[in-house]
Amino acid sequence: MSAILSAKDFTTAQEVRWCPGCGDYAILKTMTNILAEVGARPESTAFISGIGCSSRFPYYVNTYGFHTIHGRAPAVATGLKLANPDLDVWVVTGDGDGLSIGGNHLMHAIRRNVGLKILLFNNEIYGLTKGQYSPTSRRGTRTPSSPGGSVDIPLSPALVAFGSGARFVARAIDTDKTGLGEVLKAVHAFDGAAFTEIFQNCIVYNEDVFAEFTDRKNATDMQLRVRHGEPMLFGADNEKGIRFNSDNFSLEIIDAASAPEQVLRHDEKSKVIAQMLVELTAPVALGVIYRNPGDSFEKYWYAARESGLKRTAKVADALRSTNTWTVT
Amino acid sequence: MSDVKSLNSIVVRLAGDSGDGVQLMGSQFIASTALSGKDFATFPDYPAEIRAPVGTTFGVSAYQMNIGEAPITTAGDAPDVLVAFNPAALKVSLPMIKSGALVIVNNDSFTARNLTKAGFDEDPRETGELDSYQLVSVDIGRLNLEAVKQFGLSKSDGGLCKNFWALGLLMWMFDRDLAPIEDWIRAKFAKTNVVRDANVTALHSGHAYGETAELSEAIPRFDVKTADLPSGDYRGITGAEALALGLAAAGELARRPVLFCSYPITPASPLLHRLARLDDLGVGTFQAEDEIASICAAIGASYGGVIGVTSSSGPGIALKTEAIGLAISAELPLVIVNAQRGGPSTGLPTKTEQSDLYLAVYGRNADAPIPVIAARSAGDSFFAAIEAVRIALRHMTPVMLLSDGYLSNAAEPWRIPNMDEIEPIVTNAVPQPDDTGNVQGLAFDRNPETHGRPWMSPGMVGLMHRLGGIEKDIDTGHISYDADNHQRMTDMRAAKVDSVANFIPPQTMELGADEGELLVVGWGSTYGAIYQAVQQIRKTDAVVSYLHLRHLSPLPRNLGELVNNFKRILVPEMNMGQLSTLLRDKLGVDPTPYCKVTGQPFLISELVEKIRSMLPPMVVSGGGHASKGESR
Repeated sequence: MSAILSAKDFTTAQEVRWCPGCGDYAILKTMTNILAEVGARPESTAFISGIGCSSRFPYYVNTYGFHTIHGRAPAVATGLKLANPDLDVWVVTGDGDGLSIGGNHLMHAIRRNVGLKILLFNNEIYGLTKGQYSPTSRRGTRTPSSPGGSVDIPLSPALVAFGSGARFVARAIDTDKTGLGEVLKAVHAFDGAAFTEIFQNCIVYNEDVFAEFTDRKNATDMQLRVRHGEPMLFGADNEKGIRFNSDNFSLEIIDAASAPEQVLRHDEKSKVIAQMLVELTAPVALGVIYRNPGDSFEKYWYAARESGLKRTAKVADALRSTNTWTVT
Repeated sequence: MSDVKSLNSIVVRLAGDSGDGVQLMGSQFIASTALSGKDFATFPDYPAEIRAPVGTTFGVSAYQMNIGEAPITTAGDAPDVLVAFNPAALKVSLPMIKSGALVIVNNDSFTARNLTKAGFDEDPRETGELDSYQLVSVDIGRLNLEAVKQFGLSKSDGGLCKNFWALGLLMWMFDRDLAPIEDWIRAKFAKTNVVRDANVTALHSGHAYGETAELSEAIPRFDVKTADLPSGDYRGITGAEALALGLAAAGELARRPVLFCSYPITPASPLLHRLARLDDLGVGTFQAEDEIASICAAIGASYGGVIGVTSSSGPGIALKTEAIGLAISAELPLVIVNAQRGGPSTGLPTKTEQSDLYLAVYGRNADAPIPVIAARSAGDSFFAAIEAVRIALRHMTPVMLLSDGYLSNAAEPWRIPNMDEIEPIVTNAVPQPDDTGNVQGLAFDRNPETHGRPWMSPGMVGLMHRLGGIEKDIDTGHISYDADNHQRMTDMRAAKVDSVANFIPPQTMELGADEGELLVVGWGSTYGAIYQAVQQIRKTDAVVSYLHLRHLSPLPRNLGELVNNFKRILVPEMNMGQLSTLLRDKLGVDPTPYCKVTGQPFLISELVEKIRSMLPPMVVSGGGHASKGESR
């Protein structure tokens, strides 16, 4: 049963029903490639989703899949992971599903460090319900439900994850095969809740909302790809670097050539720097920003139960494990 | 030395502040009652506040028990003995107790301040207000403090032992052995020697007081008859304990683990607490972040091949509704335990009600039927849990199991069942993967008798398939928005629940013939009270019959025929007539509802009165009843 599988083996015969040009296609393709590359077993892999465009994902991956209800995928996935901790359980959610109606479950799955591979497709809009503003939409976003521009202040998915105690926070762009592929491989290998925000382009309701940093022409100047142990450099010739300013506790851009010793090296275990990185808007930090493994929830949960979920005693005996008396 | 009164049964009520330890005292007295071979039923009646303001009437916590010869099926209508720890407890309990009842009060608590808080203008011990009772005033507080003085406890810590002091006195009155309670105290307080020794001393001191006290009013003693129960091994059990053990037993019978996912809520939490200690029986518990997460985790567990169970009370069940729909659509097994309480909204969290029957049977968006069953007594909760799991696995459906606040906390003696005599629970066979790659279709290849599909779970090689809440093609299992298909799937879901009735035994009578003048129909925790009331009436009027429903949806196949054999149908319920509506809807009959929503269980006496009023007038001399022509 350990035949080498290809991306095609992870693809279902279902007709994909996302809008033509949707960023989800690119994510799906990279995902199936990576599943094959890391040697995932279809029978041991499950994709759990909520409701929204992103949540159609399980129908198109030839593994186990469960398209649940709005916002609740992390809760369903937690039950599945407890029932069978050997499974690779992926949660596919979006900015509305994961941060609005399902914010509570996302927060608690991360807090508990349940071994879930959480992919949050952020397109800053409600796509499936035809374009209303979401909890990540920028203030002033004009939509059918906010014709004069939204007044809500958006939240940062990565900061929500940090606030919930995340031990793995990564970011990637939907169409960036290499960057997303690297992140997905790291997610696959991580034991615990792995939170990844994927910037996903909704071509119908919020086209190019991330173009400022995703467009090819802006990419080198606007994307900071972090790798553990490597200096934080960006720009066409890596001429710019990130420095920590200890006067005001901020990250700032410097000329890397003139002061190479001042350029920060990425330490994926540094939570403080990681939280500063996700707040940068120019450039935008991508890759595995924070990775600091700790025992997963299911590991603790099983360790706390001598017998796991195995039956080591008989109900017939348990019924008598109290004062009993006999009537003749 | 006082007289010993011989009695068939006796109702005792303990009442005090919620911090007085009345519930503990009651449960320990009942443990000793069980060991002495009496039948019993209990009713813990406590406030919603953990520690309500001291001395107030709304902070009164009570524990009522009915003990004696079998069958004891309710906690009793009116107490024969009241132990009141303070004026508020006396105030609240006086309207309930029998004239002539023995009333033991804690003298030390009858201060001017406490009397005012309880709403007494004057001290009732002196006004003659208590003349119709046998009043025994005991300095419980002072005597207890003297007894435990030697342990150097503070006044407030020492005062906490007074429930054991009072328990000691009660034990003397009922001639009980102190040893089992002593053992319990030693185990419970093993870590704090001072508390352990003080409580044991208080217990003995109260007992010795009864033996040696020279009071003007001698404290009576009671010799209650031992129950004539069917032979077997017995234990005491509460509804929550029985339900927990029943779920574990169902797992054993189905050879599957159980994952119980819940969120704390009164009065369902005792079930979570019990199950959290049953991991060696293959039961796991998960306390989720909210009600919705708890049912979703249970669904995830069921998806993973483990028996997923969730529980709550009304407000929480309402929150779970959408997820119940998902389990219906995904055709996954699930048990939802609903420990009903008074509502709407927060309502009366600690008071009992049966008002979620509509919610259980009709309360979901769309055409979304599920099987609904109800437990009738504490011990019966064990069998109800097994039945719920059996239906869920056979038909691959969520099942709602209705319990209530009264059943959760009530205790009774219970004949320990033989596990070998309970039929194993069979799950639908999982298919072999075929070469056609048609796994999606295999996942929805339903058994024609039960409409249950194979329970295929992640981890099984070659059976990867996709599930979801979107409508599926009835054959292929793929997403389908086809109009005719939706009709067929809706019909299938209805047929599935209806098919449960093919697997349940025909309805039988609890009491009386299959036809007659009046049929009383009950469900759930009213069983004990209705049974006693009908039995009492049948001594003179054999035209009354009684049936009690386990299955509320679907109803037993022969129920329509049975109820139509009677001229009148009376349905007593702790709601505003929900089973009456259900019977009208499903059977086209017109029952007379008898409704009570006071947060208190039915009294036998009020049921007797109601049933009598439904019967034709009796011929006074003969004890018979008027001819059939009589109408009301």
